Amino acid sequence: MSEHEYVPKSKAGKWFNDRLPLLTLGAHLTDYPTPKNLNYWWTFGGILTFCLITQIVTGIVLAMHYVAHADLAFASVEHIMRDVNYGWLIRYIHSNGASMFFLAVYIHIFRSLFYGSYKSPREVIWIIGLMIYLLMMAAAFMGYVLPWGQMSFWGATVITNLFSAIPLVGDSITTWLWGAYSVDNPTLNRFFSLHYLIPFLILGLVVLHIWALHVPGNNNPVGIDIKKPSKDTVPFHPYITIKDAFALLVFMIIFAGFVFFTPNVLGHSDNYIPANPLVTPAHIVPEWYLLPFYAILRSVPDKLGGVILMFGAIFILFVLPWLDTSKVRSAVFRPIYRQFYWIFVIDVLMLGYVGAMPAEGIYLVLARVGTIYYFAHFIIVMPVVGLLEKTDPVPMSISEPVLSGGAEPSLARKVNDKV
Amino acid sequence: MSKEEKKVNRRDFLFTASYTVGAVGIGAVIWPMIDQMNPDKAQQALATTEVDVSSIEPGKSITVLWRGKPIFIKKRTSEEIAEARAVKLDDLPDPQKDEDRVKEGKDEWLVMLGVCTHLGCVPLKDKGDFNGWFCPCHGSHYDVSGRIRKGPAPTNMEIPKFEFVDSNTIKIG
Repeated sequence: MSEHEYVPKSKAGKWFNDRLPLLTLGAHLTDYPTPKNLNYWWTFGGILTFCLITQIVTGIVLAMHYVAHADLAFASVEHIMRDVNYGWLIRYIHSNGASMFFLAVYIHIFRSLFYGSYKSPREVIWIIGLMIYLLMMAAAFMGYVLPWGQMSFWGATVITNLFSAIPLVGDSITTWLWGAYSVDNPTLNRFFSLHYLIPFLILGLVVLHIWALHVPGNNNPVGIDIKKPSKDTVPFHPYITIKDAFALLVFMIIFAGFVFFTPNVLGHSDNYIPANPLVTPAHIVPEWYLLPFYAILRSVPDKLGGVILMFGAIFILFVLPWLDTSKVRSAVFRPIYRQFYWIFVIDVLMLGYVGAMPAEGIYLVLARVGTIYYFAHFIIVMPVVGLLEKTDPVPMSISEPVLSGGAEPSLARKVNDKV
Repeated sequence: MSKEEKKVNRRDFLFTASYTVGAVGIGAVIWPMIDQMNPDKAQQALATTEVDVSSIEPGKSITVLWRGKPIFIKKRTSEEIAEARAVKLDDLPDPQKDEDRVKEGKDEWLVMLGVCTHLGCVPLKDKGDFNGWFCPCHGSHYDVSGRIRKGPAPTNMEIPKFEFVDSNTIKIG
């Protein structure tokens, strides 16, 4: 995608590149023209790549010591924690790594929502990203089942029972998922197999995600189309690599803080009790990153309705590029939408909070209000605000606001006129 | 012209036949890959359990494991039976007579799957607003007959297939 064709300097390099143009790919990734105004919210792509690799590497190591059997799984996890050299470290990195992965992916998604990165011509990038997000949730759920503690067992029971809400075939599907008449050893076995598979599917989708990104190029905080390469762009290396590296370092400090100082704070102590099919823990909650969806599920007093809304809350994101009617991408120039955006952020955080609370009294009321707003934001706010809103003037180029020393576009235009 | 048309038709037939055979072949390979996930012979072999219920006092219950799921076996007192039968069917989200949930002549024995019909948790006994069971996961209340009264569960707790082998032994499954 570079303007000029890359030619390797050495003879051997040329020989190889003529047969497999890996060096051309490397040159493309190095020179890749990137908007020069990317802020730190754009560093989470690199951070997420780091998270995926961390999970794959630590996961492969854990699989060398873990036993996927209902009678042995719990003990084998304790064996990893107590006997295996550095097993505690590797497991804590893996379990906290899942949380850090979701933290990063939520920031990544909300960045996209704010700056309109999901909009034309980047719809396919957005949809591939959502597929990655769905696979992440599946992988995280199955991974949480593997230690075969009480939360593992009952989390698996509740989530697989969601499918029993499907009319007519629901029970057959649930039995098929279990491979038994309840969550049992066959369930654990297949969850381990799929938990090992999914990260590699994610890896494949990440390649497509980046490929699709490199066709139109990055969106940017002002959300305008830019010429590449031009004075509005900088080469990916070293400008973006060094910025990504710094952000990653800060991220790793927080990550290490969890791993070394409070490795169990995001987990649930009930999962240190071996699975017991006769006793359900008094208060079962999913991991924090699934809580908003759990709150939506519980806000509906009907089994099938709750399941439909919960899955709907995720699948509505797939049509988001077509629900947003605004021609302006970045919320920086959308004074009305910007306010709704922050209400939406607060709404999702509130749903997460009530998802962790008992489904009664004020929490149930908040969950219902939150659920209604969640859907209204996509179905009503986005199409209507996009049509009615009077947007602020958008700059002609990235250089314009940068050179004028502020993001105030009208001022920038005036200064430029004088020059 | 007519000769050419004939040729095209012959080719079309070959395409359609090939696609059909291919689709059948793919289906024949995919089905075993799907069906292998269903309960295997070893799981199906656990399909019946015999339980000795001679030691259960009236008003008490025991929990046994059948196919990996808890079964509640409760010997109800005559007051509890009367209470279950006094409920009007109109008050029930999933209307079912208590008589239809027990074996005739063995009305004191309630044998049911101890699994909440919402999302599969195990309800707690002697809890909830209806003197029966209460599910801690999402707040479903069941009455003394195991029928859903309040909360998100759509149906009554399920009655498994069971029979009395003799007066002290129940065979489930």
